[in-house]
Parts: sequence; structure tokens; C-alpha cells
Amino acid sequence: MAVRPGRVTSAKIVIAGGFGVGKTTLVGSVSEITPLTTEAIMTSAGVGVDDTRNVPGKTTTTVAMDFGRISIDRDLILYLFGTPGQTRFWFMWDELVRGAIGAVVMVDTRRLADCFAAIDFFEHRRLPYLVAINCFDGVQYHNADDVREALAISSDVPVVSCDARSRESTKNVLISLVEYVLSMRRTRATAPA
Amino acid sequence: MAERDEPTGALVRPYAVTRGRTRPKLDIAIEALVETTVRGRAANSRPGGAHGQEQQYISTLCDGRLQSLAEIAARMQLPLGVARVIVADMAADGLVAVYEPTSLDENESVGTELLERVLSGLRRL
Ligand SMILES: Nc1nc2c(ncn2[C@@H]2O[C@H](COP(=O)(O)OP(=O)(O)OP(=O)(O)O)[C@@H](O)[C@H]2O)c(=O)[nH]1
Ligand SMILES: [Mg+2]
Repeated sequence: MAVRPGRVTSAKIVIAGGFGVGKTTLVGSVSEITPLTTEAIMTSAGVGVDDTRNVPGKTTTTVAMDFGRISIDRDLILYLFGTPGQTRFWFMWDELVRGAIGAVVMVDTRRLADCFAAIDFFEHRRLPYLVAINCFDGVQYHNADDVREALAISSDVPVVSCDARSRESTKNVLISLVEYVLSMRRTRATAPA
Repeated sequence: MAERDEPTGALVRPYAVTRGRTRPKLDIAIEALVETTVRGRAANSRPGGAHGQEQQYISTLCDGRLQSLAEIAARMQLPLGVARVIVADMAADGLVAVYEPTSLDENESVGTELLERVLSGLRRL
């Protein structure tokens, strides 16, 4: 479907990372609404995501996630979906990443391992992501190169630092992600077949 | 950005409102946008025009104001799957319009154009 001017449409970016790393704070710092929470119900088997049928032998789990909204222009709204930090079940939430522009993986350098699962997941799903180091209290305990090495991520994945509480800082993280996604598309387009 | 008055949250027993149905008539993305149609507004103001208080709530919420499926579910305190069934019913009856997100991969130039729009929008923030 073409994006004609005047055609109303939306886009989304996923904000992931470990428990308490600052996902909700980051969403709230740029959102035009107070972040909202929505729930999906999933079966333990990971099939029939958000399906509410009571299948005997399968347990259901409720996954809550918060999100914010940015009106890009009159006809385009960008949503930021923050994954829940405490449960692993969001990894089964297929529709969360389906069609997303990309993901921001937030890390606290004091607890780097907390983000491994998110990075594995996005690499597996081939969703472009960048790593945003949340500098709690303005302190960055490790530099971007150390983090890149520790996470064993490819050299083209951007690693940036941010203050999740700052609107300007969050805005720059999102800009970096979209620039990265655009540059990947250009590389792909010009690559010899 | 100031928000307009919201209808107050309706707390309902989730699966009762869909009469136990879990399959929506239309698959709607979580970020898909919903807007009340002229017909939906008319039905809402006519006694018995809207089916139930959930449809009324959605008609009011999305009247002249785009709301994603996620926002509708969150404001109604309903699981996403339940909100999807109700919105799909309303779309089938022409009470709301549903605008799906633009695919980034279906058409390369359309996707790139959308990303560039997002980028310039973010820069303007
Ligand atoms: N000093 C400082 N505190 C922060 C920063 N970002 C977040 N916090 C605080 O850290 C705590 C956790 O932040 P949240 O935004 O709730 O983290 P979260 O990732 O959404 O947490 P979960 O959803 O529970 O996984 C809150 O008390 C925030 O106020 C930051 O950049 N600096
Ligand atoms: Mg949170």
C-alpha cells in the first residue's frame, strides 16, 4: 500500500532491555501521552499468541507492556513499545516486533548480561537494533567499545549513550536508530546481487 | 500536547463483552489506527444505535482523534485480544475506520519514504 500524503498510518519502535534499565522512563521522556499499559494473554506453548481460548494443558500468561506515542505529522503516528523487563514471555509475542522499524536495546553497564536475551532475540528475528547505554547519574562505567566487545555485536550496530530521563537524549537515540535502519537499506539496495 | 477529555474508563468482564469470541473478523495490528466514521458517530448518538457500552466508549474515544488498538485496549483496561474483536466488529459494521501500519518491506521505496518521514519528524521534536 502506498503512503500517499493524507493516508493515515502508523509505525512502531520496540524498547527492550533488562528489568529496571529505564525503558518506561525513556518512553515517557518523549511521549506526548503519559505511557499507557496494555496486556496480551499468551499460552505457554507460544502458539496462538494473544489467543484467549482455554486449551486444557496449556497455561496462559498475561504480559503487560507500556507504550507511548509521538505524532510525527498529521497523518503519521509513531508508537514506542517498551517490553516488560521481568518476564521472558515477551519473546513469544510475535506481533510486538512484526512490522517494527527496529529496536532500542537499553543496557545498564553494571548489569550488562541483562540484555543478552533481547539481543539474541532481535538478531534471530533480523530486526535492526541499536544499543543505548543508560547512564544512571551521568556515570558511564564502560565505554561504547568495551560494551560492543562484551556483547559480541557486529561493528555496524550503533552503540550510543543516553539519559533516559532527557527528552533530547531519547530523541537522539531514536534518530540514531532510524538513521541506522535507513543506511542498512541503502547498503542493501546498492549491494551487488 | 494537551489531551482532550477522555471518557472515563469502563471496567468490564473481558470475555463477556465478546460473547466468548476470540477470533476477530479482521486482524488488526497493535499499532493500527482507529477512527470513528460518520456512521459510527451517528449510531453513537442514536439510542440503541451502538451495540453496548464498549462500542459506545470506542466511538467516543476515536471520534475525531486517531487511537491505536493498543491505546483503546489500555484505556478500556481490556486485553488486546478482546479489544481487537470489538474493533473488528465495529469496522465490519462501518462504525470505525481502521488504518493499518505501512509495511516497510513490501515496497522498498514506500518503506524508505516512511522512514524518512519518521526521521524528519523526530528531528523536529
Ligand atoms: N538516575 C537515573 N535514574 C533512572 C534513569 N533511568 C531510569 N531511572 C530510574 O530507574 C528506575 C527504573 O526505571 P524504569 O524506567 O521504570 O525502568 P524499566 O526498564 O521500565 O523497568 P521494568 O519495566 O520494571 O523492567 C526508576 O526509578 C527510574 O526513575 C537514569 O537515566 N538515571
Ligand atoms: Mg517499565
